[in-house]
Amino acid sequence: MNVQFRAEPSASVSVKTAIADCDIHPARASATELYPFLAKRWHEHLATYGKHAYQGMMEGPPYPKAQPNASRRDAWPPEGGPQGSSLSFMQKQLLDPHNVALGVLNPLNTGQGLRNHDLSAALATAINDWQIDKWTSKDSRLKGSIVVGNEDGPTAAAEIRKRAGDKNFVQVLLLSRNVEPLGQRRYWPIYEAAQEIGLPVGVHAFGFGGNPITASGWPSFYIEEMVGHSQCQQTALASLVLEGVFERFPKLKMVMIEAGFGWAPSLTWRLDKNFERLHSEVPHLKRKPSEYIRDHIWWTTQPMEDPERREHLFQMIEWIGWDKLLFATDYPHWDFDEPSRVLPAGVSDANKQAFYLDNAKKLYGIA
Amino acid sequence: MTSPIAGGVDCDLHPAVPHLTTLLPYMNDYWRDQVTTRGMTDLVSQSYPVNSPISARPDWRPAQGKPGSGLADMQRQALDPFQTAFGICNPLYGVQMVFSEDMQDAFCRALNDWLVKEWLDKDTRLRGSIVIPAQSVEKSVAEIERCARDTRFVQVLMLVMGDVPLGKRALWPIYAAAERLGLPIGVHAGSAYHNPPTSVGWGSYHIEDYVAQAQAFQTQLTSLIVEGVFAKHPDLKMVMLESGFTWLPAYLWRLHKFWRGVRMETPWVDRAPAEIVRSNIRFSLQPVDAPPDGDTLNRLFDHMQSDELLLFSTDYPHWQFDGDEVLPAGISQDLVRKIMVDNPLATYGRLKQPASKETTP
Repeated sequence: MNVQFRAEPSASVSVKTAIADCDIHPARASATELYPFLAKRWHEHLATYGKHAYQGMMEGPPYPKAQPNASRRDAWPPEGGPQGSSLSFMQKQLLDPHNVALGVLNPLNTGQGLRNHDLSAALATAINDWQIDKWTSKDSRLKGSIVVGNEDGPTAAAEIRKRAGDKNFVQVLLLSRNVEPLGQRRYWPIYEAAQEIGLPVGVHAFGFGGNPITASGWPSFYIEEMVGHSQCQQTALASLVLEGVFERFPKLKMVMIEAGFGWAPSLTWRLDKNFERLHSEVPHLKRKPSEYIRDHIWWTTQPMEDPERREHLFQMIEWIGWDKLLFATDYPHWDFDEPSRVLPAGVSDANKQAFYLDNAKKLYGIA
Repeated sequence: MTSPIAGGVDCDLHPAVPHLTTLLPYMNDYWRDQVTTRGMTDLVSQSYPVNSPISARPDWRPAQGKPGSGLADMQRQALDPFQTAFGICNPLYGVQMVFSEDMQDAFCRALNDWLVKEWLDKDTRLRGSIVIPAQSVEKSVAEIERCARDTRFVQVLMLVMGDVPLGKRALWPIYAAAERLGLPIGVHAGSAYHNPPTSVGWGSYHIEDYVAQAQAFQTQLTSLIVEGVFAKHPDLKMVMLESGFTWLPAYLWRLHKFWRGVRMETPWVDRAPAEIVRSNIRFSLQPVDAPPDGDTLNRLFDHMQSDELLLFSTDYPHWQFDGDEVLPAGISQDLVRKIMVDNPLATYGRLKQPASKETTP
């Protein structure tokens, strides 16, 4: 047996007040559930050619998950369909018992960043209409994310502008692994449009952009892909800062979703140190990397880092700022963070309130 | 500032090859002819452009030639002022970038022989790392065995960004040879540029490549741990060189969480990742990616939960610190002794052996 037990189970805070869950994954109940929102042409195209992603599998992920759909084994809806595909069961299992006042939907496996840009754009529009139809119009606690075909910047920007002022949506959604690092100019129309309509851009872990998922090629195991999301996110953030995205779009806010946050202080220190040496290469940056990160970046919490001594987590959060973290469960995925168990005891009421609810309400503009 | 103590081990020095033609005397007729007939240019890696500020401290930059190319400079600027007992030479010449394993092999042999003749033979404090043609496991093992007869070679050197993740089973014969011969594997910053230098593609800038080294070390540690390298080779030590280390605690917290969650995928990983790191992995001191206050760094040392992980390094001639402030402010004298003396001696077993200059065949 390899089971590891904690020497001393540590006390956790209790959560009785309302929370925001900033990473919920709504699923389609069937492959054709999107079809009412998608032109007939694409039904036939998908049936014949599939999605044609930047990786080889016609269906399913190249790194098999540890359980079906990477989801909790207790999250299958009673009426059938995959985990996360039933609103009533999501209400019963997540929203009601955990007192979720704001739930941010981040649809995955949608077709962002496909090789066929027209298909990608059509799927993005369909998934956005579907979010309104199936979720946000039926439960006012839920808010959608504007999915875009991100490899085609101008078309993605048009989709974002189309949703301007639509209260069903609270952010624009990108994935971390794309054809190029996220700071590259092909993605700037997305940032321009997001800034214009006043929504933050969330960057969720995952995606395939045709690059090996480490700088030394393809690793062997699912755990390497999972742990590696943190490294991909760090590199994507470094690119955003160093390309000058926040200099060009000074009102842009971004959220790093499901890739951890413990890496942020060290990355920021490393960026600042090398910026001091290499400033002449990036003269378009007027401020230190740490200042851009401080003003423009937020992090969702799940999966919370798991130190041997939990007070170390406090120290890490102090370096980042209690005002920069947004609580998330990742429902219905297997690595769900239970709201009442993620913080060690001893957090002040003000910090708890910010961490669980107020930071998210402020960032996403929810009264 | 924290004062260094005499008799330490500098685990990361970079002697520079002046030019590819410098290595010609160490090649056979065929490769000499290849280099000259084909008009091959110097093998300088984009990881360290010669004139980049990080490639040399301003006051360590010679009037002429590449930083780190002169022994007298290294003695005057690094070995003497820090009163170094041993200095480990890690050549970063771009031999790993070529795509032919035959050419890579010939250049590695020439580089290793050059290091012996031009550096190790000329200063008894110096020790060397064996640069290997990692594209070919067979040729790498042969080069390790050839060089290891000279006990002044104390380590095998690989790049953090190579052809495949370092844990991959195909590479294990390299690790078996290193373990058998008492050589740690040093993994140094830098890319062979056989893959994009980040996990999300090619960035625009040198600074991006350099910052991304830290993320590459993180993915390599994951690969080495979860593939089971240290379950198979428990006595093998690996040293992350010029990796930074302030990322380590949060990285391990994340790896630990996923290991607990999906360990059924890699059941041979029979110890917690942090335990494996404490027993088998070490990190060179420079660069210290942290604010210059003792409090932050001491908290990080506390997060690392071990005082045995760090090995003293100047990273000469790279620009990581100014003046003699090679040690971070505010650390205890006990930790200074561990970092400068005890930890390196415990890691590099060959430092305790007499230097035998048995000629490599």
